[in-house]
Amino acid sequence: MDVVYGIPIIGVVFQFIGYLIDVFPIIAPTIVGAATPIALGALCGFMNERSGVVNIGIEGMMLTAAFVAWWTASLTAQLVPSDVIGPLGISAPLLIGLTAAIAAAMLVSLVHAWLSITVRADQIISGTIINIFAVGITGYLNLLVSRSAPPSAGQFSRWETPTALADLPGVGWLFDAVLSQGPIGLALLVAVIVMQILLFRSRWGLRTRAVGEHPEAAETVGINVIGLRYRNVILGGVFAGLAGAYLTIEFGNSFQGEMTNGRGFIALAALIFGRWTPLGALGAALLFTASEGIQRAVRFGPPEGALGEFLSGVPTQFYGAVPYLITIIVLAGVVGRSMAPAAIGRPYSREKRERRAAAKPDAAESTSSS
Amino acid sequence: MTKEPATSENVSAEQPPQASVPPGAGNGSLAQRVLRTTLLPAAAIVLALLVGAIFIIASSPLVDGELNPMLPLTAYWALVSGSLGSLNGIINTLAQATPLVLAGLAVGIGFKAGLFNIGAQGQFLMGALATAAVGVSVAGLSPFIAIPIAIAAGMAAGMAYGFIPGFLKAYTGAHEVVTTIMLNFVAIQLVAYIVSGPLRGAEASFAKTDTIVSAALPILIGRNGHLGVLFAALAVPAIAWLLFRSTLGFEIRTVGANPDAARYAGMHPRALIILTMSIAGLLAGLAGSIEILGQIRHMPAAYATSVGFDAIAVALLGRAHPVGILFAGLLFGAMRAGAGLMQIQAGIPVQMINVLQAVILFFLAADLIVRAIFRLRADGGSVSELQTVTRSYGEQVAK
Repeated sequence: MDVVYGIPIIGVVFQFIGYLIDVFPIIAPTIVGAATPIALGALCGFMNERSGVVNIGIEGMMLTAAFVAWWTASLTAQLVPSDVIGPLGISAPLLIGLTAAIAAAMLVSLVHAWLSITVRADQIISGTIINIFAVGITGYLNLLVSRSAPPSAGQFSRWETPTALADLPGVGWLFDAVLSQGPIGLALLVAVIVMQILLFRSRWGLRTRAVGEHPEAAETVGINVIGLRYRNVILGGVFAGLAGAYLTIEFGNSFQGEMTNGRGFIALAALIFGRWTPLGALGAALLFTASEGIQRAVRFGPPEGALGEFLSGVPTQFYGAVPYLITIIVLAGVVGRSMAPAAIGRPYSREKRERRAAAKPDAAESTSSS
Repeated sequence: MTKEPATSENVSAEQPPQASVPPGAGNGSLAQRVLRTTLLPAAAIVLALLVGAIFIIASSPLVDGELNPMLPLTAYWALVSGSLGSLNGIINTLAQATPLVLAGLAVGIGFKAGLFNIGAQGQFLMGALATAAVGVSVAGLSPFIAIPIAIAAGMAAGMAYGFIPGFLKAYTGAHEVVTTIMLNFVAIQLVAYIVSGPLRGAEASFAKTDTIVSAALPILIGRNGHLGVLFAALAVPAIAWLLFRSTLGFEIRTVGANPDAARYAGMHPRALIILTMSIAGLLAGLAGSIEILGQIRHMPAAYATSVGFDAIAVALLGRAHPVGILFAGLLFGAMRAGAGLMQIQAGIPVQMINVLQAVILFFLAADLIVRAIFRLRADGGSVSELQTVTRSYGEQVAK
């Protein structure tokens, strides 16, 4: 190997690839763990944006859910103490916390849906309101609640990957990293696959895409645009709820103010980078968190020689900025453009349908003839 | 100083072709128009305070251990007396409002051009960073030279950081909402890197720059009534003049109302988008600059601020009008100034301010609730007037 690594320039590339192959089995669980809330947040955004509603409030929805999950679970554990713990660390308080988090995120989504679909307010403003509100209410309640130092209700535990899979030579680590997760992490895997199939293979998916691309046309073939948008936005809240709950009752077991720390916005970036598809978003989330994972690997065990010196010299903050930078690059179309659903951000109004169609030159003929 | 009353004719003559002019706007005397446009924001504030009061009562068992229906009065009284009850309180209100007004103008001028500048936060941070870098390195110079250089550096950095999304929007169609959100996080990482690395001060126990000495803005009055307050006071008429009395402002507003019409009239939407974002960045950068030189006088690596996000609320509440932004900035500045006393006297966490801001915005966005409650006529003053603001991410910009 040393001979190969000695080749100028290309040798360093080989060495870097070799290094990645060496460290990936070690950092893979961290990467998957960090990607889970981001991918879940992206699924929330997916449900919104595919049906034509912009959601920049994912961050706020996640933060609200994170607090509600932790607080409800903690309250339940205090009021009805029980020692019954099922598989995967599932206990009554945690389940109630999870349910409450999903309900809270759906409620916030309902507000977003009402503002952006019924009121036809600016959807960016609606998302901004959600983000400001979430920081305020969770910070406010957290400060009051934590005065009494409530006990934690614990957290979900990881699934033990069957040794038959985990010990497979070469790929065992991959199964281990992907499958050794708590219930929310496992739910994500199922959700991504199911949503991907539903989007491109089901009636719901076709209708959702139609509503997101051209609501006027969708309405003409009898799709209830308003109803479908409401349903999708509110169901998107389920994923934001899971994402928030993941942070406080699966990945960790406590809540800190503003703990989502921009994950909702990285989720938005992952959605865009993944071209508004569930699988793409999951891939983007993994790619983004891999950047962070590699940074840690370099810090704790840099490769030898010039490559190690170079990698150690890259500021840690650079790895943190990578997801955002590549999103800008992709959005600008430098390396293949990522196109949003065409009707995104545009409130739909049945009465205005004809007027808006008339304003569009390409649709002018169709309305003037009617 | 025109004494001539603003008749509907000469008002509409200088208005750019608006896509959605609310019926009745632009009619009547100036006083009537001001009243009409301020009714809705005022109603939203009143409703938000009521909702806040209910919320405080509901959470009072957590605060006092028992349900206390008088707690909102205690809290609001502390909020008012902390911000307006003393000379120092009033000065602190002005000092807190200064960055909000400047960054609010940065968001507001974007609205006028049909751009949603969520990047005020990043532009603010870049302005603060550049100012801190220059401010530390000019420690030996006289304040008369050091202050202008440091502020110019902050404005230039903010301007450059506003230029990027403007350029991307104009030439690639990348939506400014997404690019500015991403750039906000890039700015956080950049600040963390530069302040904890090259700029890290020698004497500090945590990552921050050295204290800024000669470039620090002089305190004119009270504890923190620094010179920067005057900058905000001057920026409001300056931007108002730019928007409503200059050719450039007319073009900016026209592009915001209808880019196609603007292009047809011989204007250059691309150049105007870039220029508007740059001016916005400059204003937000100035806000960051003043905050560093006037308030904290050093730059921490983990600079926690929400000025750029609060600025969105300020611009919306002020309906993107410079004068409106001034008053909205003063209101939110007063809330920030009084929040500390509210926490001490009433035990209400300062985050209550965020809740109130969000609820105010909610009622502005959902103006139909407010109109129903206060039986207001449907004219002017609502956020929905700003609906030209967000166009789709995917839509290509006018060539």
